[in-house]
Amino acid sequence: MNLLGRHLIDPNDFTLEEIQQIINLGLKIYHNPQNYTEICKGKILGTLFYEPSTRTRLSFESAMLKMGGTVLGFSDANTSSVKKGESIADTIRCMDDYADILVMRHPREGAPLLASQFSTVPLINGGDGGHQHPTQTLTDLITIQNYKKEIQNLKVAFCGDLLFGRTVHSLLKTLSRFPGISFVLISPEELRIPYHLKEEMIQNYQVEIIETTSLDEHLPHIDILYMTRIQKERFFNEEDYVKLKDSYILTRKKLENSKEDLLIMHPLPRVNEISYDVDEDPRAKYFQQAKLGVYVRMALMASLLGVDI
Amino acid sequence: MLKVAGIENGIVLDHITSGKGLKIFEKLNLDKLNTPVVLLMNVSSKRLGTKDIIKIQDHLDIDLTVLGLIDPNITINLIENSIIKEKKDINIPKRIKGLFKCKNPRCITSVDDYAEAEFTLVPNGKIQYRCSYCEELTEYKL
Repeated sequence: MNLLGRHLIDPNDFTLEEIQQIINLGLKIYHNPQNYTEICKGKILGTLFYEPSTRTRLSFESAMLKMGGTVLGFSDANTSSVKKGESIADTIRCMDDYADILVMRHPREGAPLLASQFSTVPLINGGDGGHQHPTQTLTDLITIQNYKKEIQNLKVAFCGDLLFGRTVHSLLKTLSRFPGISFVLISPEELRIPYHLKEEMIQNYQVEIIETTSLDEHLPHIDILYMTRIQKERFFNEEDYVKLKDSYILTRKKLENSKEDLLIMHPLPRVNEISYDVDEDPRAKYFQQAKLGVYVRMALMASLLGVDI
Repeated sequence: MLKVAGIENGIVLDHITSGKGLKIFEKLNLDKLNTPVVLLMNVSSKRLGTKDIIKIQDHLDIDLTVLGLIDPNITINLIENSIIKEKKDINIPKRIKGLFKCKNPRCITSVDDYAEAEFTLVPNGKIQYRCSYCEELTEYKL
């Protein structure tokens, strides 16, 4: 398995073995980060963020800096030539001379795939609209591996905005490929997973899916709860957002009947869908999840750059 | 009774469902050709009652992929020296490029000329195509 020079646009770009290889390396780095501080010395990460991001951008930057590399790029399309009307293709044609590896976030779905067609260096999708977010998926998977010890035979519930949530889409698509995974999809009727994704999961992977509006009913029976924010920026009008924004709020009290080894995850940022009293619950791992995200991104970039480890 | 002569070389699209001939004429951009083209509408037919027919002279290289999406009943006859040289079957195309646009307004193909979506037929019994960029399904409608 050689990941040298490859792009990561869609989680399906990698086989399960390749994903597992990155997760294992990520955990290795996590446990002994001091052994990896210079593996990317002389390498440059280019960050092309056409849409705001805190965790993804900074975790990528942190990951590269922790490996001894450097970073350049933009975090706001308004401060780059994009504002002047430059095409994605032209931006990439130059950026791939300035950097050894690129990460791109874009509000348009499919933009990173287009960019990868013009890039001579590995390009990573850092999130495209409501479509995919494969490195969040790697973050989620390394968290599951770390706390559940294996990624199989799990009942995984997703709760919140399943229509526009790209982290949800990427993780659903990827977990469907692992053995013995079943899903409980909890959302308001208006925010159910896209039809095309459901079709793909059922046709390609024959996974068991329960779609429901009730969180309470399923909480006692699940192994993982993946909470998501209702994303204001994806709604075309404020009224729809206001109607749905408080649909699900996880509290300590609601968790009373859930499993002792339940794993509570969230891609962050959180607004109010998980109340602060849940943070003290030992089953809540969303901040550890964000931390693990740095290490899995280190593993990913090191693999795509083919550095000696 | 209206009579139209046969063509020596070219393509005859026969058994077009009545009313669809003009749309097909437009979709194939036949108005751009500089050789004779005939569109016959509401011609009597044993099989269909009435039908439309299109005859295109001196062209055999027209991309007819779109026909499978519009009307699977159509018969394609390739004519050479006034004889039917080949009859082609109509299939619903498995992959399509350039015939229609992705319906997703957030898709990169709606704003960037470099991105031309390739669509793959989804095997779900409906004529739905998955966009290569955003994966949204688009149902082809004439």
